[in-house]
Amino acid sequence: MQDPWTDLRKFTAARIALGRAGGSLPTNALLDFRLSHALARDGVHAPFDPDSLAAELRPMHEGIVVASSRAKDRTDYLLRPDHGRSLDEASKEFLTDHRPVDDCDLVVIVSDGLSSHAAHRQVPELLKHLLPRFDESWRLGPIVIVRHGRVAIQDEIGHLLGARLSLMLLGERPGLGSPDSLGAYFTHRPRPGLTDADRNCVSNIRPEGLSPNAAAFRLHQLLCASRQNAISGVGLKDEGSINHRVSSDAPVGLTEPPS
Amino acid sequence: MAFTLKLGARHHSFPDLRTLLAKASPKRSGDELAGVAARDAEERVAAQMLLAEVPLKRFVEDLIIPYEDDAVTRLIVDRQDAAAFTPVADLTVGQFRDWLLAYETDGETLAALSPGLTPEMVAAVSKIMGNQDLILVASKIRVVTKFRNTIGLPGHLSVRLQPNHPTDDPKAIAASILDGLLYGCGDATIGINPATDSPAACIELLRLMDRILTEYDIPTQSCVLTHVTTAMRCMELGAPVDLVFQSIAGTEAANRSFGIDLAMLGDAREMALSLKRGTVGEHVMYFETGQGSCLSANAHHGCDQQTLETRAYAVAREFSPLLVNTVVGFIGPEYLYDGKQIIRAGLEDHFCGKLLGLPMGCDVCYTNHAEADQDDMDTLLSLLGMAGCNFIMGVPGADDVMLNYQSTSFHDSHYLRQVLDLKPAPEFEAWLEKMRIFGKPNRLAPITPQHGLLESGTRNLFS
Repeated sequence: MQDPWTDLRKFTAARIALGRAGGSLPTNALLDFRLSHALARDGVHAPFDPDSLAAELRPMHEGIVVASSRAKDRTDYLLRPDHGRSLDEASKEFLTDHRPVDDCDLVVIVSDGLSSHAAHRQVPELLKHLLPRFDESWRLGPIVIVRHGRVAIQDEIGHLLGARLSLMLLGERPGLGSPDSLGAYFTHRPRPGLTDADRNCVSNIRPEGLSPNAAAFRLHQLLCASRQNAISGVGLKDEGSINHRVSSDAPVGLTEPPS
Repeated sequence: MAFTLKLGARHHSFPDLRTLLAKASPKRSGDELAGVAARDAEERVAAQMLLAEVPLKRFVEDLIIPYEDDAVTRLIVDRQDAAAFTPVADLTVGQFRDWLLAYETDGETLAALSPGLTPEMVAAVSKIMGNQDLILVASKIRVVTKFRNTIGLPGHLSVRLQPNHPTDDPKAIAASILDGLLYGCGDATIGINPATDSPAACIELLRLMDRILTEYDIPTQSCVLTHVTTAMRCMELGAPVDLVFQSIAGTEAANRSFGIDLAMLGDAREMALSLKRGTVGEHVMYFETGQGSCLSANAHHGCDQQTLETRAYAVAREFSPLLVNTVVGFIGPEYLYDGKQIIRAGLEDHFCGKLLGLPMGCDVCYTNHAEADQDDMDTLLSLLGMAGCNFIMGVPGADDVMLNYQSTSFHDSHYLRQVLDLKPAPEFEAWLEKMRIFGKPNRLAPITPQHGLLESGTRNLFS
């Protein structure tokens, strides 16, 4: 039985006016939901290929480094957030040895996070729009591509490389309608021990959400303000609040206000 | 005094009650992450065997988080009613399980006992109970609460209509509200998780819901699930606040990380009561909880997550809430790894809350990085229905497009109401019949495009 209010669907992406079989979900709606869930699940578990991403980014930027967190595989990554927040020994040594002689203004870190699709699909497009926005006053450090990273790994990497700002791009927790959404987080003076209150976040970066081009514009503005005022987090702008319903460091916990 | 047990060649020893509780907890990822879980299956059962021998009295004397360190401990100890505790005062945890299951132990007995129990006693007994025990004992207990309708009566199941939208767009939210109402949902509350925490944004949503409830004379209550301080600000500004929402946890430090303390909750409740917006009752608080919140706030004091969750219920019962909702699978697989762990935790939370006298509901839910799917939710939903859960969530198509997780749908609630013959809150059911949304009892009537809610709703809300 169809619902005679399918018109209302134009107002929301929520699954309304699905109709019913008895009081239950009709077959089409049931299978449609399953497909969305399958895509989201595959997004979480799809293998991340740092080398192919590095090859794609190389024409845009010199100095691309591939590193790994202490999470040894996907399951370990999901079960041990602490492993995803720090580098393994080999990566730590490598980055220490390759610290730029002069401190840099910005290091960009890319990780699969909870959606490798997001990293593969959105990062090249975002950086294509973002990197050219930085004028000669910006000394850019290397782009570090890190396997199985959580947001806070940006503190350790930024600190090791002596960066003034650290920008982390990683796949967000996928929703049913958004399996490939990218989140961007940055901190000023990155160092171990920072909290979410020291971070700023731009979320929902994907063509159907905040477009990579628009996100690049916003991030550039925020990063300039952060460098100029030597601050990040709640002090930089108070809209980026933490939603207390999530208290883990899952990226969905940082919500952006509507623009 | 350590707890020791020899099993075959192996000697098991647990230095204190806190450790014993943690090691006796059914396996879950959050306790392993915290480093407090049993090393292996044998150690877990050894801990359960020793826990079964512990006298209930000991939990009052031997506090797992010291009195002077924690305001939640102080609340628990100061409020424990020794007279109410008398019927079970000489029992061990194991004997308490048997007593709970006895035919003679009925709902009235359990309601009278409730003020005598501490969360630690309740958590302890839950750890040695099987899923069927958790269901059976919970099903004996009815906790009835009222604001504009009556929630929790035997044979009834209420639904929180959850019409979230990523940008709080009023038309989008109104569309989801109409969808839910036309599926017979919304009697627990119509509750929006706002994308922004600002008073101005919340007031707009409160006014929208107030308009809908007034215009169609709907006997239910609305809520914007914003921080308690924001709700207080909204009330100061004269906004129509029915229920005050807050996430709560089982330690003072975790609550502080949420930006709250007990006094603040008391003040907010007084403010909401003074508005006198309830028609049939005065339960004005809506709390949400979930295992793992203390650990994620780094405020777990070496305790297991299920015991800490139960301590959050001591906070809740201090403020006579209308609704307490354990958002069981939202926190992610590092706390509850898969469907099995989520199902177990949902049943534990519901049982422990009910035994402590709370109007428990459950957000039967999971995230896309957990090893769970809608079939697991069907299972937990069905079990909670059998256990007499007061309310569940109703999210359009089970897909929350704002919080990016999956919960239960309007259709799911209708499944449960059909299969267990559970009715909505009586006042709301009468409204559904009056509006011809329900034809026969518990059956959705065919809706025509001329239906009042659609015709005038479209005119009022979407033009």
